[in-house]
Amino acid sequence: MSKQIAFYVEQKHCMGCSACQIACKDKHNLPLGQNFRQIHAYEGGDFTISGNVVYQNTYAYWIPVSCNHCVDAPCIAVCPSKAIFKRQEDGLVLINEKSCIGCRRCFAVCPYQAPQFDAANGKMKKCDFCQDLLQQGTAPACVSACPMRVLGYGELSELQKKYGDTSWVKGLPNTAKIKPAWVLVPHRDAVDV
Amino acid sequence: MCKNVIKGARDMTDTTFQEETIIRTSGSHNCGGRCIVKAHVKDGRIVRITSDDERPDTDKRPQLRGCLRCRAYRSYLYHEDRLKYPMKRIGKRGEGLFERISWEEALDTIADHTKRIMAEYGPEAIYLSYATGNAGKTSEQVWMRRLLALYGGYLDYYGTYSSACTNAATPYTYGTVNSGSSREDWVNSKLIILMGFNPAATIHGTNTAYYLKKAKEAGAKIICIDPLYSDTAVALADQWIPIRPTTDSALLDAMAYVIITENLQDQVFLDTYCLGFDEDHMPEGIPAGNSYKSYILGTGTDQVPKTPAWAERSTGIPREIIIQLAREYALNKPGALIQGFGPQRHAYGEQPPRSGAALAAMTGNIGIKGGWASGCGSPCRKQYVGSIPINNPCKAAISMYMWPLAIQKGTELGKREGVRGVDKLSANIKLIFNLAGNCLINQHSDTNGTAELLGDENLAQFIVVSDHFLTSSAKFADILLPGDNFMEREDIVLPWSAGDYVLFMNKAVDTVYECRNGYDWIRDLAERLELTAEFTQGKTLEDWLRFIVDETRKENPGFPSYEEFKEKGVYDWEYEEPAIAFKEQIEDPRHHPFPTPSGKIEFFSSRLWELDKPAEVPAIPKYIPAWEGPEDPLRGTYPLQCIGHHTKRRVHSMFDNNDWMEEAEAQVFWISIYDAKKRGIKNGERVCIYNTRGKVILTAKVTPRIMPGVISIPQGGWWSPDKEGTDQRGCINTLTKYQPTPLAFANPQHTNLVEVAKLDQMEAEK
Ligand code: SF4
Ligand code: SF4
Ligand code: SF4
Repeated sequence: MSKQIAFYVEQKHCMGCSACQIACKDKHNLPLGQNFRQIHAYEGGDFTISGNVVYQNTYAYWIPVSCNHCVDAPCIAVCPSKAIFKRQEDGLVLINEKSCIGCRRCFAVCPYQAPQFDAANGKMKKCDFCQDLLQQGTAPACVSACPMRVLGYGELSELQKKYGDTSWVKGLPNTAKIKPAWVLVPHRDAVDV
Repeated sequence: MCKNVIKGARDMTDTTFQEETIIRTSGSHNCGGRCIVKAHVKDGRIVRITSDDERPDTDKRPQLRGCLRCRAYRSYLYHEDRLKYPMKRIGKRGEGLFERISWEEALDTIADHTKRIMAEYGPEAIYLSYATGNAGKTSEQVWMRRLLALYGGYLDYYGTYSSACTNAATPYTYGTVNSGSSREDWVNSKLIILMGFNPAATIHGTNTAYYLKKAKEAGAKIICIDPLYSDTAVALADQWIPIRPTTDSALLDAMAYVIITENLQDQVFLDTYCLGFDEDHMPEGIPAGNSYKSYILGTGTDQVPKTPAWAERSTGIPREIIIQLAREYALNKPGALIQGFGPQRHAYGEQPPRSGAALAAMTGNIGIKGGWASGCGSPCRKQYVGSIPINNPCKAAISMYMWPLAIQKGTELGKREGVRGVDKLSANIKLIFNLAGNCLINQHSDTNGTAELLGDENLAQFIVVSDHFLTSSAKFADILLPGDNFMEREDIVLPWSAGDYVLFMNKAVDTVYECRNGYDWIRDLAERLELTAEFTQGKTLEDWLRFIVDETRKENPGFPSYEEFKEKGVYDWEYEEPAIAFKEQIEDPRHHPFPTPSGKIEFFSSRLWELDKPAEVPAIPKYIPAWEGPEDPLRGTYPLQCIGHHTKRRVHSMFDNNDWMEEAEAQVFWISIYDAKKRGIKNGERVCIYNTRGKVILTAKVTPRIMPGVISIPQGGWWSPDKEGTDQRGCINTLTKYQPTPLAFANPQHTNLVEVAKLDQMEAEK
C-alpha cells in the first residue's frame, strides 16, 4: 500500500470545545461561513416523567470532522477540471486552485462537506493537513490545539494497528467505499453495542 | 525580548522572504483558565495565534493549551467596534449616546468629580465596582485602588459573583476555602462525582477536563449531577443525573440518610476529626437534637427524615438513583465529590458547599489520595507572587453584590447587611469606577431595576467606565475610556484556579487609536490629584513588573530573573507529589488542627449558631427550599426554573459581540423536548421568556440535554432592550431577582421562575 497520512480522533472524549475549529480558522485565515474543521453535534433520547421524578435516556456526542483525504476520494473522480489530486508521497488530497472552476461538485459528493466555497475568488478550498507545518515537522493546527488531546495524526496503517480500523460512527454517512483516512475511537453512544 | 524568528513560516516555497515574530503572552480575562498564548506578528499585525505547542506535553506538566477564545483573539483585537477615543455622555444615562473628547478633558473631569465627592462625602462614597475583564497583576483596577488609597481611600468589596457563597460557607466547615487537592491526584480516585461542575466550558483551571479524562483512563467512574447534560458529561460521564436547580442539598441530605441508615459511614473518621455529626460530638451548651445526624434522621427539631423519597420530590431524582449514588460513593473509596460554582449561585447557595463537605467527611474522603474534601475546592497549594502595594485607609467593605443598596441607602447599612470594617457606612455611593467590567448592569441581577437605579443622577452622581467595547455597562458611563487589551500590554498573570505556574504577558502589538494602558492614564490622573510621586514612586510600568518579580524571588529561591522570566514567558513550580488538601490534619491531628475554632471539621458551626438566623443560616448544612425554587407556589404562574450556564464561546460577557464565537456557538437558550412540545415550540424558533421582572426574546434550542422543568439562557449575552424594554439578545439578568443571599450577601443568579411562550401567543395576549 502506498503512503497515506491520516487523522486519529479519539471521538469518545471530544468535548465539542471548538478549539480545533478556531485554530484551523485562524491558521488558514478563513472568513465567516468557512471552516475546514467542523464540530458535528448529535443528540437524542427522551424523558419519562413519573409523578415528581424524571427518567432520561439522553445521549449526545460530537464528531470533529475535516477532509479525511480519502483513499478512494470521490471528489477527485467528479472534478471536471482535474483540479483535485491525490499526492503520491503522502496520500494528501489537494486542490490546485489555478484549475478549480468553482463548480462545487466536490462539495456535493463529499460525505463530510469538507470542501468550502470561497466566494471571494470563486474557488474551492479545504483542509490540506497543514502541509506547511508538516514540512516543518510539526503537527497540524487542529491536532496541537486540542485541549483534550483527542486528535492525532500519522501513517494510516500504523494508526490502524494501534487503534483499530473504525472510520465510521452513527450519524455519519456510509463511507465504506471511499475509505476515509481517519481512525476513530468511538463514543459510547455512537456505536451499537 | 522573547522573539523566535521562523523563516518562511507561511510557505516554504514562497520566494519572498517572510519573517514572523512570535511573542509569548497569555489571556488575562476572567475565563477560568490561564494558557500560553503565542502571537505571530508580522509588520506590526498579529497574523496567527497559537498556544503551547513546543514544550513537551508530559503527565507531570501538560502543555497549557488555550481554548477557542484566545485563539480567536484576532477577531476581537481587530474588531471594528472597538472603543477608540475617550468619550463623554451626551444622552440620558444608559442611552448609549456619547461624544468624543480628549484625554485631557476626560481626566480633568474625572479629577474634578473625584475631588468634589471626596470632599463632600468622604471615601465611602467612592466605589470601585467588581470587574474582572483584566485580571493582571497590574490592571486598571489595581492602579485605581492604589491611587484612591493614596488619595484618602475608597469603599472596598469582598466576594465574587462567581463563588461568593462557597467562599463564605466553606470556611465554616474547614476554616479555609483551600479544600482542593491537585488535579493530578484524580487518577487515584475510583469514583468522581461532578456536581454542577462543567470544566469543558468553564475551563476551571487550564487542563481540568484533561485531568478528568486521565482519571477516567485510569479507571475512575464519572457521574455528572447537573440540570444540563453538560459538555463535560458528554465527553466523560458514565452517568448523568439531572437535578432541579437549588436542590443539591436535598440530594446530599438524602445520600447522608442512606449512608447513616445503612451504616456505611466512616465512624472512626467522624469521631476523630469532626464536630457536630452526632449528639455525642456537639459543642457544649447546645440543646439536644441539633446535630447533623438528628437533622438527617428527623429526630431533631423538624421531625422530618431526609429520606430518598423526601428528596425525590424536590430534586426530581428517582429515589432508587439516590440510593445507588449514596452506596456507590460510600463504598468506592477513594472517591471525589467535586462541586462546581453553579449550585452555590442560588437563593441559599451557602448550603450546598457545606452539605458536600459533610458527605466527604462521612465517607472519610478527606486528606487522602484520590479523595476530595468538596466545598469550595480552591487549591490547597499556593505560591507567593508579589503584588503592587495598596494601603486603603478606608476600612469599610461591602459584599460585591450590595452596591445597589449602598447607592440607595448606604448610610442605613451596617454589620447586619454584611458591611465589614465599620459598624455603619457613613455615605451612600456617589462615584463609581467600573474598569474592565460588566457587572454594573449585565452581569448583575435585575437589569431593568438596576438601569432605573443607575439612571438617577442624584444617586450615583458620576460613573467612569473603561472598556474595549460599548457594552451594556459602558452605556451607563458619564466618561467612557478606551482600554488597551492583553495583546497590547505587558503584565504578569496567575492561573485562574489550579496550576503551579505563573505567566509573563509580553506585549505583541502597539495599542491602536487613543486606547491607553491603565498605568498611563491613572498616572496622569494622579498628577491631577497631586500624587504623582507617591503613586509612581518614580517607577515606569516595567519597573513595577520588575518589582513584582523581585518580591516573588524573595519568597521563591528558584525563581528566575526578570529577563529570564519575560523571555520564557512561564515559570513552573515543580513538586514531587500532588498536593492533598488536609493531609497533615488527617495524618497528624494532634499537631495539625483544622483552622476552625474547634480545630475540627465542623458539621456544626457555633459561629453560625450564634448568628441566630436558623431558618436561613442554620448551624449545620440543610436543604432550604428556595424562593422561586421548585417548591415555590409561584410555579403555578411561572412553571419553569431558569438558570444561566456558562458557555465555551464567552468569558462571561466578553466575546459576545464576536462573530467567530457566534459561528462556533450561537446564542440560544435550552429548553427540553418535553417542555417545548407542551408549548408547541420548535427547535430554532424565536420565543419569549418572561416573568414579572422582564422579557427576553431568544431562539430556542429544543434538546434532550436539559431536564424538563428547567430552561437555561447562556449567561453573558449583552442586554439589548428594545423600545418596550424587551431584551433581544438573551441577557439572563433581565429575568433574575435582586435579592442577596443570607450569609454571603451574594448573587442568587440561578434562582428564577419564568414562563416561555410563542411570539404569536404573546401578541395575542397584548
Ligand atoms: S473527505 Fe471529502 S474532500 Fe476530502 S478526500 Fe474525501 S471526499 Fe474528498
Ligand atoms: S479541540 Fe479536541 S475536544 Fe475540542 S472540539 Fe476539537 S477535537 Fe473535540
Ligand atoms: S482558557 Fe482563558 S487564557 Fe486560556 S485560551 Fe481560553 S480564554 Fe485564553
